Amino acid sequence: MNQTASPTQSQTPRKILVLGATSGIAEATCRIWASQGASLFLVARNAEKLAAVAADLRTRGASYVDTAVADLDDTDQHPTLLSHAINSLTGLDIAFLAHGILGDQSKAEQDFNTAAQILHTNFMAPVSLLTWLANFCVQRHAGTLAVISSVAGDRGRKSNYLYGSSKAGLSAFLGGLRNRVDREGVTILSIKPGPVKTAMTAGMKGSEKFADVNSVAKSIVSAIDARKDTLYVPFQWQPIMFVIRNIPERIFKKLNL
Amino acid sequence: MPRAEAQQAQQQLNYDSGNSAGPAPFESWGRYPTYSANVIPLHWQSDFPAAIASLHNGALPVGMGRSYGDVCLLKDGNLLLATGMNRLIAFDPETGLLTAEAGITLAQILDFAVPRGFFLPVSPGTKYVTLGGAIANDIHGKNHHVAGTFGCHIPQFELVRSDGTRKLCSPTENPDLYAATIGGLGLTGLITWAQLRLKPIVSRMIDYEGIQFHGIDEFLSLTEQSKGIEYTVSWVDCASTGRNFCRGVFMQGDHSTRRAELKPSPEPKLVFPFDAPGFALNHTTVSLFNTAFFHKQIHPRVVALQDYEPFFYPLDKVLHWNRMYGKRGLLQFQYVIPWDHAREGTIAILKEVAKSGLASFLAVLKAFGDVPSPGLMSFPKPGITLALDFPIKPDKSFPLVHRLADMTREFGGRLYPAKDAAMTAEQFQIFYPQWQQLARYRDPLLTSSFWERVTGDRPSL
Repeated sequence: MNQTASPTQSQTPRKILVLGATSGIAEATCRIWASQGASLFLVARNAEKLAAVAADLRTRGASYVDTAVADLDDTDQHPTLLSHAINSLTGLDIAFLAHGILGDQSKAEQDFNTAAQILHTNFMAPVSLLTWLANFCVQRHAGTLAVISSVAGDRGRKSNYLYGSSKAGLSAFLGGLRNRVDREGVTILSIKPGPVKTAMTAGMKGSEKFADVNSVAKSIVSAIDARKDTLYVPFQWQPIMFVIRNIPERIFKKLNL
Repeated sequence: MPRAEAQQAQQQLNYDSGNSAGPAPFESWGRYPTYSANVIPLHWQSDFPAAIASLHNGALPVGMGRSYGDVCLLKDGNLLLATGMNRLIAFDPETGLLTAEAGITLAQILDFAVPRGFFLPVSPGTKYVTLGGAIANDIHGKNHHVAGTFGCHIPQFELVRSDGTRKLCSPTENPDLYAATIGGLGLTGLITWAQLRLKPIVSRMIDYEGIQFHGIDEFLSLTEQSKGIEYTVSWVDCASTGRNFCRGVFMQGDHSTRRAELKPSPEPKLVFPFDAPGFALNHTTVSLFNTAFFHKQIHPRVVALQDYEPFFYPLDKVLHWNRMYGKRGLLQFQYVIPWDHAREGTIAILKEVAKSGLASFLAVLKAFGDVPSPGLMSFPKPGITLALDFPIKPDKSFPLVHRLADMTREFGGRLYPAKDAAMTAEQFQIFYPQWQQLARYRDPLLTSSFWERVTGDRPSL
């Protein structure tokens, strides 16, 4: 899909809040927004990495960049953090939730605390953030909440079912939230990426077939501009996951996935 | 549900499980030699040296793998892949001074700089190299005679050593490490960020002129006449003998001074799709190509306004063009011979190539200027440089390249490490007597297959 001209590019800069701003996908997406002159508020855990990302986005042409170091697992902090961010941006057009962990599946199979940690970071924390953000947007009848879920949430499988179930929960939550707030003029985008070629996957087997992070970022920006509901990215994951979802359980349970 | 479909989907999903592949081949652009190594991606300036804390067998920072031989390889060692470290840090539109992480590519720099009216101070033949790689190989371009090497435009950078010390390097601060790192083949430490002095442009376009020449003397007189022109380079036909010996096209250009839209470049779409069979490049096809290239330019002199992409990076249009040489890969060979023997040396080497019947597909001839590089191990010096590439035919290409290296030595020249996979330790140490100084500044944990080959040294790690 072509990158549609950003609706507000020539007017006032768009006000975008990014949670998990040092993740590869978030950073690539922010580079596009920065080159369009957006105003950005970035949240991440590591101060040094966050500063490097912020400097890059300022240099690329963002109209305004502010940051906050925060551990998003701490849900008690969310209301303060979010209202601080929105004050700093003087409003909110888009919130982009990109934080999450893959977690240690084999450890989580033996240890509930590990499993609970994955569910907390990938599901509970986004639910807390989205509840606050959705209510804020509903009051104003405006705003887009773009959230990274995963194709892994479409069906549980043995290699990553803790991660997968956290994302399945998130996808279901997003579906319900959309059903509630769409009529209030608020857009919810569920983003379901397949594996993406970032520096992190450069040495992995088959990584030459992974999606390019910059084209993933372009798709995300376009999907937000087009007010889409769900984005499989790259697009071929939509038919792939259709197949995966429809494999009968009696066969599926014997597969090595 | 068809089984095949399910299996295909299953295959796709397996990529998703995050299994690290362990040691994998990392190819240099010549695809010879090929060695397995453990590739460790770096995303952040703080990743090194922690990333190699518990590892053995040494490490080597690498970028896009565009050098041809083994300067970017480390057999059974650890390659620190810096391309994820590609952030901008600061840009001053008044002075054109850009500060960026060293894994950024020149293509990414151009995407940022061109729409803002700036261009690279020195461009190699491909934009798919990293800033760090450009410094480590102290690369040169078509404007060497006026601008010197890439290193001449790097006021400062940060070097991180494997003991964790971070050193700011400039001509005045840590000047020895600064000099050893420019052209230092990645052996002195990891360059985390560097400053690059960009130059202003008002248009993407190049005022181009292509002039046919016959023989080395016409080439030399064109070189003499074009001293005031920023970019000059020649393609030379080294398949032909007799009347057509050393015929070529002299290509020169300046940035257009007529204001025009500075839009970003489109993304390349063509990909060379498969490894060509070994016989695809033989004397006949190469001769045909060379004749076609010479006559593509119908008139002896052609003037045109050309976009900078085809002018600087004609081969970047086809991603993976090196597959044209097939699985066995190609051998590059580039010498510089100082002016006192440049003419006779070039004639002798071109004759030797023509005689061998191993025609070079792309032969590039240029006169280097006398702008000194700050680098200790920099390749260019005043004289003539010629770059050749040969498809690898085991019993023929290597003897030829060794012969050419010996001839280069007799004429007082030297070879370019970034384009070498064949020179002997003895040849290297004669070409670069200063290598022992580099050895002193080498980081004790960093090495490369090239370094081990030309110093005969597998450092204790």
